[in-house]
Amino acid sequence: MKPKNQRLTLALLAVAAIIAAALLALSALKDQAAYFYTPGDVARDHVQPGAAVRLGGMVEKGSLERLPDGVTITFVVTDNAASVPVRFKGIVPALFREGSGVVADGKFDSAGQFVAETILAKHDERYMPPEVAGAMHKTESLKK
Amino acid sequence: MIAEAGLAALWLGAALCALQLIAAGFAVRGQGDLAAIVRPVAVAQAALTALAFGLLILLFVRVDLSVALVFENDHSEKPFLYRFAATWGNHEGSMLMWVAILTVAGAAVALFERKLEERTLLATLGGQAAIGLGFYAFLLFASNPFARLFPVPPEGRGLNPLLQDPGLAFHPPTLYLGYVGLSVAFSFAIGALVTRDVGPVFARAMRPWVLGAWIFLTLGITAGSYWAYYELGWGGWWFWDPVENASLMPWLAATALLHSVTVLATRDGLRAWTLMLAVIAFSMSMVGTFLVRSGILTSVHAFAVDPRRGSFLLALLFIYVGGALALFGARVGTVRAGARFDPVSREAGLVANNLLLSAILGIVLVGTLYPLLVEAATGTKLSVGPPYFDAAAGPLALILVAIMAAGPLLRWRRDNLKPLGRRVAPAAILAVVVMVAVKLAAPAIHILSLLGLALAAGLALASVAPLWKRNLMRTPLFMWGMVVAHLGIAVSLAGMACDSSFTVEKLVAARVGETVAVGPYSITLDAVDPTFGANWQALQATLLARRGDGDTLTLTPQARTYWAPPTETSETAIHTAIDGQLYTVLGKQAADGRWQLRLWWKPFVTLIWAGGALVAIGGALALVGRLWRARRKPAEQWI
Repeated sequence: MKPKNQRLTLALLAVAAIIAAALLALSALKDQAAYFYTPGDVARDHVQPGAAVRLGGMVEKGSLERLPDGVTITFVVTDNAASVPVRFKGIVPALFREGSGVVADGKFDSAGQFVAETILAKHDERYMPPEVAGAMHKTESLKK
Repeated sequence: MIAEAGLAALWLGAALCALQLIAAGFAVRGQGDLAAIVRPVAVAQAALTALAFGLLILLFVRVDLSVALVFENDHSEKPFLYRFAATWGNHEGSMLMWVAILTVAGAAVALFERKLEERTLLATLGGQAAIGLGFYAFLLFASNPFARLFPVPPEGRGLNPLLQDPGLAFHPPTLYLGYVGLSVAFSFAIGALVTRDVGPVFARAMRPWVLGAWIFLTLGITAGSYWAYYELGWGGWWFWDPVENASLMPWLAATALLHSVTVLATRDGLRAWTLMLAVIAFSMSMVGTFLVRSGILTSVHAFAVDPRRGSFLLALLFIYVGGALALFGARVGTVRAGARFDPVSREAGLVANNLLLSAILGIVLVGTLYPLLVEAATGTKLSVGPPYFDAAAGPLALILVAIMAAGPLLRWRRDNLKPLGRRVAPAAILAVVVMVAVKLAAPAIHILSLLGLALAAGLALASVAPLWKRNLMRTPLFMWGMVVAHLGIAVSLAGMACDSSFTVEKLVAARVGETVAVGPYSITLDAVDPTFGANWQALQATLLARRGDGDTLTLTPQARTYWAPPTETSETAIHTAIDGQLYTVLGKQAADGRWQLRLWWKPFVTLIWAGGALVAIGGALALVGRLWRARRKPAEQWI
């Protein structure tokens, strides 16, 4: 192989690798990206059970229940437009409480309950995830 | 006075930096009158920024609250270590550290680089000054660490408790040395493009600098991963968080560069590609800096949110990456094609390594930027997490490991498949045996973990294979370096596969006195008591863990409350055994008085970081070996 051809071959290989990687990345993105929903969006958009979802809103007052196993809780996330029942097994963040903002990662089960795998809450006002900040902002304006 | 002196040092440094750029520019064009001042100016500049950084540390240690940055992040009740390390636990301080390392790296090139042709060296120092200038501007106009505050407040606001950990003293400086150290490779590429001097001599000059940066990057990422693992209390060691990706991307590019520069040094091949990779590697550092420091992401790493800073960093990113790529485009046609090689050869193996590393880099980059771009374009918020990265990057990484096993067993220039097959056979057989054995022992294992364990075993054997029948005393040090680094990857991969498939997790609500079994341990909740430290109070659980008939261990996880700033964190308690770690977290008290406990048994999880350390040690052996040999024999032999 002449040096020039070898260069061309290498360049073509590189392009092929980039295209393959891009296709792999895009197909994985299509399946795996988790979209951010508020309860209002959920009611409107009919989210499929099993799809990765990030749910944000306010923990409805009086909705928090602890199940007898001591580690599972259920609560309702609301944005005052709609509400979604949530179940979570695990240790909630320190500042998770009724009436304050929350962001949960998880999926809907077939009964329409949101099964959260992780829960983020307001850590302190200087280190707040933007989604929580957004959700808090919304809930603050709803309170008024 | 100290703050003013620091600011003055920075302005002076910036002025010298401009002088360095101008002098180097003229010198490269052949007007050599100023050539003699380039090196001294680079050194003086580094001394000034190092001085400014030292003064900022002094302000933090003395808790000088008349400086706004100290007020925001320091507190007189903090232990000394955290007052010291808080210097870079904030936006401005960390950017000052960035600039200090950048200029010190430039000074190191000016002082110690002897192999590079003089004009190329001057162009390199010019490139380093060009980068420096932008970041000086960012520091002085948008992130002044020395701004004063009046009236002086009585007490500081304290440091984010998640950062109040010995890790803060180690992880950011190491990572930055790697991140910013890559600027030297970038400047080398600029220098080479300006003078069109690309070849084995250039590659041998550049290699130690790339190695040095890469070693620190490896250490920084490994340390950061372990820190996140024990500090967050989530039991994971890598979350595909954009901030983690920001450190992984330069590492992937630098790893590719390290291998392509070897082809250039040994066989005079991959000339243009090596320059491109050098540009990409530091571009990834700058992308990372932008992601982390612009406030576009919010995490423990992103400090203040100020849109002006984001635009400033983005502008710098476009200027430097765009400028370098434009220079590359204009000059690459004049870079002669390098030596050719056979499709079955060491070079070809290294090309495959580079393609796969680049593809993985692309996947990580897409996954990291996609949510930002989608939100900017459509306002839709989405997050891309582990499922994407595992699915897209995992298979490629495993193919890469397979190639990595075969690569060092290939000959340079030309090889044949048959003898290669014979050399690879033992490793391949071992991999298959391990795969079958693991599948029989654990039928439910995930396919990626199964392949990971098999490949780790094969790679471990294949990495030491190049030492077969060699006189170990006379094996060159850099060869040991390669063996140890590749072995480190095998060790780390084995740890990852074991952790993801054999971890046992228990989430329970336990009464005091109750016993829970986790993996080989039985754990008794003995008591939960209040306790306190210098700037926090906590509830501390006393857990008694026993394995079989062995001794009883005591673990004390805490739920801490810091009062400056007011934050609650959980402190994990971890016991390291020879075959894994017991990881315990204390949660909340349930209404009926039971305590939530989260307990993990993680077999061989420590291998992940041990492997990372081995990789860095391998890099260090290679670096020492190269420098030592270069000193003894100017004309280097083939590997």
